[in-house]
Amino acid sequence: MFEHSDTINKIISKRKLSKGIHELWIFNPFVSRHTKPGQFVIIKVSEKGERIPLTIAETNGDNFRIVVKAVGKSTYELCSLKQGDILFDVAGPLGKPSEVKFYGNVLVIGGGVGIAVIYTIAKALKEVGNKLTIIIGARTIDDLIMKDEFEFADRVIKATDDGSSGQKGTVIDFMEEELRNSKYDIIWAVGPAIMMKLASEAADKHNLPIWVSLNSIMIDGTGMCGGCRTLIKNEKDGEIKYVCVDGPEFDGRYVDWDSFMKRLNQYREQEKIALERYLDQIGDISWL
Amino acid sequence: MAVRDRIEVLEQPAEQRKNNFNEVALGYNYDMAKEEAKRCLQCKVPTCISGCPVGIDIPGFIREIVKENLEGSFKILKSYNYLPAICGRVCPQEVQCEGACVLSKVGKPINIGALERFVADWASENNVQFENTEYSKEIIIKNNKKRVAIIGSGPAGLTVASELGKRGYQIDIYEALHEFGGVLVYGIPEFRLPKSIVKKEIFDLEKLGVNFLKNIPVGYAIPVHEILEDYDAVFVGVGAGTPKFMGIPGSELNGVYSANEFLTRVNLMRAYKFPEYDTPIRVGKKAVVVGGGNTAMDAARSALRLGADVTIVYRRTEAEMPARKAEIHHAKEEGIKILTLATPVKYVGDENGNLIAIECVRMELGEPDESGRRRPVFVNGSNFIIEADTVIEAIGTEANKFLLSQFPDLKTNKYGYIITNEYGQTSIPKVFAGGDIVTGSATVILAMGAGKSAAQGIQKFLED
Repeated sequence: MFEHSDTINKIISKRKLSKGIHELWIFNPFVSRHTKPGQFVIIKVSEKGERIPLTIAETNGDNFRIVVKAVGKSTYELCSLKQGDILFDVAGPLGKPSEVKFYGNVLVIGGGVGIAVIYTIAKALKEVGNKLTIIIGARTIDDLIMKDEFEFADRVIKATDDGSSGQKGTVIDFMEEELRNSKYDIIWAVGPAIMMKLASEAADKHNLPIWVSLNSIMIDGTGMCGGCRTLIKNEKDGEIKYVCVDGPEFDGRYVDWDSFMKRLNQYREQEKIALERYLDQIGDISWL
Repeated sequence: MAVRDRIEVLEQPAEQRKNNFNEVALGYNYDMAKEEAKRCLQCKVPTCISGCPVGIDIPGFIREIVKENLEGSFKILKSYNYLPAICGRVCPQEVQCEGACVLSKVGKPINIGALERFVADWASENNVQFENTEYSKEIIIKNNKKRVAIIGSGPAGLTVASELGKRGYQIDIYEALHEFGGVLVYGIPEFRLPKSIVKKEIFDLEKLGVNFLKNIPVGYAIPVHEILEDYDAVFVGVGAGTPKFMGIPGSELNGVYSANEFLTRVNLMRAYKFPEYDTPIRVGKKAVVVGGGNTAMDAARSALRLGADVTIVYRRTEAEMPARKAEIHHAKEEGIKILTLATPVKYVGDENGNLIAIECVRMELGEPDESGRRRPVFVNGSNFIIEADTVIEAIGTEANKFLLSQFPDLKTNKYGYIITNEYGQTSIPKVFAGGDIVTGSATVILAMGAGKSAAQGIQKFLED
């Protein structure tokens, strides 16, 4: 087996992609060597930290890449780390890999940090011969991360709310246009919950399967606590699925988005307390 | 001759302990331990040993306490059981060694658990090391050529590690979480089993040469075929960690927890120290715990310490509760209410998806079921509402498929538990298994007993 070296979980490189969004490459052979597209890691940044799931954006040898958006205490803390710092705990890969195979014509949509998640999935889909249209989106061109990394796709649409990319509109606007004008076999959509919900509704209108990657609150990530459980509606009534082991990808047409989004807000009060307390400690956040 | 009464252990008073997570049982001091040890009759044929799943020489270690040879007593304990400070605290002695003690016939069995704990804590406080001298250098050198992987660092895995580690085998123990101990660290609360105790006993195993690897989900980070190729034998002790939910309407509401999640947040993640620790927990003013086992008691007593008014709802009567009597007693003493012959049928939420109430129904006991207990049946039309900010379902767990889904050749029964022979050997000859993933949810000490048998099986397999 691998030798444990003292640099396990070391941040090999770190880069700011846009305001509040940072990319980290982390050394961890256990995670990196067997990761497949769609899988995630659980990171505990510091000794007293919480366990947070993050989808793996890419692997290269013994290193893996994640893209993190600072939204709460743990992600702020993660973004504040520097090259050479060592993460306290990293476990993975976890979850079921994406169903990568030849479908024909595939539409892949990424919003916000979801763009990092779709990156490896899209690449793998291309490698098995699919024709690939990518839609990535953000508020402005400056907020749009990884915008030059999708050259491998057949077409890339860069949607911005303000039109600064030359293509004005949301990813959903462009998705609906695509579905009206072209024939697709399957869709992937990863981004904020509301984006995935709207994308799922659009896919449903066209009777198309759509994979979404759910970012539930988790603890162990191994099917042990049930905290990430999500209601998946089938023909009859509904079924509880665990995002960590049954997912993280599900057909968005069957996700009960209403309860899913409410569960994301479960700890809103505590998250606010933790973030304020952390920001008081660190003071200046102009680096973010 | 009248039999003297048991010496009761010191405890934190209920009024005080319900506000903290410190250990409830304070144990014996030396004088108390000696007095209790002197009550042991030193039976020629000790029935207590047969009541112990790991077969500790109980009269032996007690005799050494009387002789004031605590080091000798510790050596006896540790040679049978590498985790005496843990077992002394969490074993259900009343149905094992103490239940089998001849003095239990007059209701005054020796307090074996408290004595075991006393000796183990004494050794720890006085930094007494256990010298592994049971086996010769030759045996250790010979065995050291063989490598054994243990998957899961709970009680079963730790026992296999100690039994094989003592004999010199090269052991790698893999844990998916960031701390070792399995249910000992995520399940059992600090006030029953301080985490420092678990750490100390695991540290002893490291000194034995056992290699501990955390944060490694076997089957994902390392494919099963690699493990099978790289090791001479494999032990699977991954537990029965998947929580069951009743699956009633409203289960997705915020404030509905499995006991596993609630306890993992509190224990493993130290949510009771939020915001010093980052992991939050929400308990609110009123908490309801569903179930009647030890896990239900642990969850209820944890919720109480987090400041909630706690009610346990159980579908049978208190007499049928599977929890240890002492735990039920402790819970009641602390002010936890128990509502029997009732069960939730629906969770009611507000517009934000937060739990606000539970609709329950009255139950009555009907004909006995397969477990021999009278089956609870609904009393039609008896529905009633109780207010609740939090509900914790502690209704049992099932096989954890996390590893097994990656291990399709391993034969399991219809419930998903691994099929083994009496030495823990599975359908794959070099793979052994034990603990809850074989038996279904049981106790720490039964998992340790299974670990001990599996260690014997592995040794025999490696020698053949």
